[in-house]
Amino acid sequence: MTDYQTHDHDVLVIGAGGAGLRAAIEAAASGVSVGLVCKSLLGKAHTVMAEGGVAAALANVDDRDNWRVHFADTMRGGQYVNNWRMAELHAREAPERVRELEAWGALFDRTDDGRILQRNFGGHRYPRLAHVGDRTGLEMIRTLQDHGVHQGIDVHMEVTILSLLMDGDRVAGAFGYDRERGRFRLFRAKAVVLATGGIGRAYSITSNSWEYTGDGHALAYHAGAALQDMEFVQFHPTGMVWPPSVRGILVTEGVRGEGGVLKNREGRRFMFDDIPENYRSQTADTPEEGWSYTQGDKNARRPPELLTRDHVARCIVREVREGRGSPHGGVYLDIAWIKERLPKAAEHIRRKLPSMYHQFKQLADIDITTTPMEVGPTTHYIMGGIRVDGDTQMSTVPGLYAAGECAAGLHGANRLGGNSLSDLLVFGKRAGEFAAKFAKEAHDTRIDAGQLEETAAIALEPFSRNGSPGEGPFQVQQDLQTMMQDLVGIVRTDSEMQRALEGIGKLGDRARRAGVQGNREYNPGWHTALDLPNLLTISEAITRSAIERKESRGGHFRDDYQDKDPAFGINVLVRKGAGGEMQLSREAIPALPPELKQIIEEMK
Amino acid sequence: MAVEALKPDFADTGEQLEKQSASHKQEQVGRATFRVWRGDSTGGKLVDYTTQVTEGMVVLDAIHQIQADQANDLAVRWNCKAGKCGSCSAEVNGNPRLMCMTRLNDLNLEEPVTVEPMRAFPAVRDLVTDVSWNFTVKKRIKRFKPRPPDAPDGTWRMAQADIGRVQEFRKCIECYLCQDVCHVLRDHHKHDSFIGPRFLVYVAALEMHPLDTENRIAELKEAHGVGYCNITKCCTAVCPENITITDNAIIPLKERVVDEFFDPIARLVRLVRGKR
Ligand SMILES: Cc1cc2nc3c(=O)[nH]c(=O)nc-3n(C[C@H](O)[C@H](O)[C@H](O)COP(=O)(O)OP(=O)(O)OC[C@H]3O[C@@H](n4cnc5c(N)ncnc54)[C@H](O)[C@@H]3O)c2cc1C
Ligand code: SF4
Ligand code: SF4
Ligand code: FES
Repeated sequence: MTDYQTHDHDVLVIGAGGAGLRAAIEAAASGVSVGLVCKSLLGKAHTVMAEGGVAAALANVDDRDNWRVHFADTMRGGQYVNNWRMAELHAREAPERVRELEAWGALFDRTDDGRILQRNFGGHRYPRLAHVGDRTGLEMIRTLQDHGVHQGIDVHMEVTILSLLMDGDRVAGAFGYDRERGRFRLFRAKAVVLATGGIGRAYSITSNSWEYTGDGHALAYHAGAALQDMEFVQFHPTGMVWPPSVRGILVTEGVRGEGGVLKNREGRRFMFDDIPENYRSQTADTPEEGWSYTQGDKNARRPPELLTRDHVARCIVREVREGRGSPHGGVYLDIAWIKERLPKAAEHIRRKLPSMYHQFKQLADIDITTTPMEVGPTTHYIMGGIRVDGDTQMSTVPGLYAAGECAAGLHGANRLGGNSLSDLLVFGKRAGEFAAKFAKEAHDTRIDAGQLEETAAIALEPFSRNGSPGEGPFQVQQDLQTMMQDLVGIVRTDSEMQRALEGIGKLGDRARRAGVQGNREYNPGWHTALDLPNLLTISEAITRSAIERKESRGGHFRDDYQDKDPAFGINVLVRKGAGGEMQLSREAIPALPPELKQIIEEMK
Repeated sequence: MAVEALKPDFADTGEQLEKQSASHKQEQVGRATFRVWRGDSTGGKLVDYTTQVTEGMVVLDAIHQIQADQANDLAVRWNCKAGKCGSCSAEVNGNPRLMCMTRLNDLNLEEPVTVEPMRAFPAVRDLVTDVSWNFTVKKRIKRFKPRPPDAPDGTWRMAQADIGRVQEFRKCIECYLCQDVCHVLRDHHKHDSFIGPRFLVYVAALEMHPLDTENRIAELKEAHGVGYCNITKCCTAVCPENITITDNAIIPLKERVVDEFFDPIARLVRLVRGKR
């Protein structure tokens, strides 16, 4: 018999980033008992790293903004494979969710008349991102955390969930272990909200932390839920490239929002060379106009550096491939040049982008107020994820909800900057609300002891394999990351992805043999071994979905199908088949209601 | 356009770049030894590991390399690797530091580099300590309570100039390095009667928040033990976010306590004029 501690909650929220915290707060407010688990300490989730801001059509800086424009921008950015209901709700509700943060103590930067200040970001027609310098995520997670701790939520920190427990086809709880002592924990719950974030650790160059091993995606998949559009991975155009130890660390888009420009080694602003047709009417013709835009000129159009991330990332890859890159395989991002336009530019940069200044100074010995940064694409975000109902955030499994980065739909084929933090708030709240409602109406569930024993036994297996230091879980993880980066990265082709599938199979065998040393107490080797199966599952889902989508759209670019194909205006779904094999299908997107269609037409 | 700003010579060749980094601090490339504390709540010892050092590495990279190649079970916390999450706090050569922001070229690699867990908190394993006390302290501090909204749409108006100070405090990444270095906690173990610099900063952020209407002065004196702080400023010296903990947060709080409890006139004035 496995030894474990049992916890009972009406609603269990897995993940304590913005989405999980917001869901827990909402569920607790409706009177049900709530448990919140996370792999790290409270307040350390990815959300804390978000820099640029949270998108909401508050119209504080430009009064032409409203939810309809935000909706149209989100759909255009997502290349129209978004869940339009989510895009609508998100645009309508984001302003209220942001104001609510202020009522809970958040202090956003201010406009001259004392309201919340908003900044420009790629793909947003008007200045829309509420922010605090370049540490918006910290402000957000701290506000939610400090509000949440007074709501009677039971927080279980440094606990990793290994599997979801089922009662028939309904979710009944979750099983995991505490990282500190390695003891098993059973969480019984009537409803479960997944808010586990992304998958960046499947790639070698990433802005994401060790936590991002796609756990929520894998948990949902094994519980029978459908995943959607897993091929849409966002490669952020600007990650650090040098020195090697910081490769992948994010350089916020805020740098470009404040006037930073991209140049190749010849000093050319190459972004002017390739402006996509559907953005031409919104893009500046001259550097002069672009600069005016960043300085708040309402009649100017945005510089091409602020085109959507997928496009900017591909332009950078092109420059590097064609031999016009910087010494370490990136391009230059220059904010120092604004000294030609602004008095006290150095001070201005330090005030607007304090953590970028700090980051380059300390990690790369570069003073961004005088010297251009070297940047290149980094794996940043996954648009695809757990398929959910737009209104309630329930997955295809009854009682199982998903919100935030691990859920799919809002962003379609490409996410606009700032739309994630607002996503967390809007759909975190909704998931919490509907999970609580479900829990109130639900019968008690039964836990299947066999399922639990099996999970525990598998989890302890790595200890019984005598691991050799040469082939531990870390080596397998690294090889997977390198392979995914090379074969299922920014530019994809069928043959390479077929090789990746083979590779995933072999890595799976190696993962099943990799042993760990030491005991169960805070043992990163063991933790990594337990994360590996999730990484392998989602890598396979990404690869198979990417093979299935034979076109290029948003974050998914196929060298062998370079154009967008209207026949692929659909969602690609992944489900676990009866024999345990991965099954793919194509799902038509319901037709847009006339009101929404009209908005899109008007704003074309 | 600003092509000159690009400094074409810098953009030019890898050779130039080598020169550029040589002109910075001395880059060591080679091997270095790390003397890492290994153990748990029952005790432990320093263990030497030698590993490859390459350009730009930070202490956390070295620890990860050792973990991947030599000691898979070496316990360490981290998340962002960019000084944003406050997970990787440790004592490097005896100094409380974020490992991810401590460059190896700032250390003397001729000697072994010691890496130990924060000493003001109970050991869990290796570099991981039990910081749960901090989370219970925060819960005891009275929550934010805003005044009624200023505008009919439920929003408030605040000038940027009036929130700068509080924004400074809100930069805190909860790394607890200040808690680690404060002698009241580290040497005198006053965890029951003193909340420590991190939470004095937190109280200050609430007290100086333009919208807040709560009063936390009585607790500051009693339960939070602000009087224990004797302004050594060690906390300010280690804060990776450069928060001026002592001068900007603790001293003003001490003054408020004095006003409230020992200066009846100031108190009366405040009663008449509202909180501040
Ligand atoms: C450097 C950086 C900058 C960014 N900047 C911006 C920005 O400016 N604007 C914007 O909108 N977006 C930005 N993003 C994206 C955005 O921050 C993330 O998408 C978002 O924070 C994800 O939030 P979340 O709540 O879904 O997940 P997270 O905040 O990542 O939280 C996931 C939680 O799930 C937990 N978890 C995961 N697996 C398990 C498991 N098996 N068991 C238990 N718990 C588990 C984790 O411990 C964690 O608590 C940025 C991202 C990065 C990396
Ligand atoms: S100034 Fe006060 S709080 Fe800071 S370290 Fe010294 S005694 Fe502790
Ligand atoms: S005040 Fe500074 S040192 Fe203390 S916890 Fe916050 S960031 Fe760390
Ligand atoms: S890892 Fe986040 S501060 Fe060091």
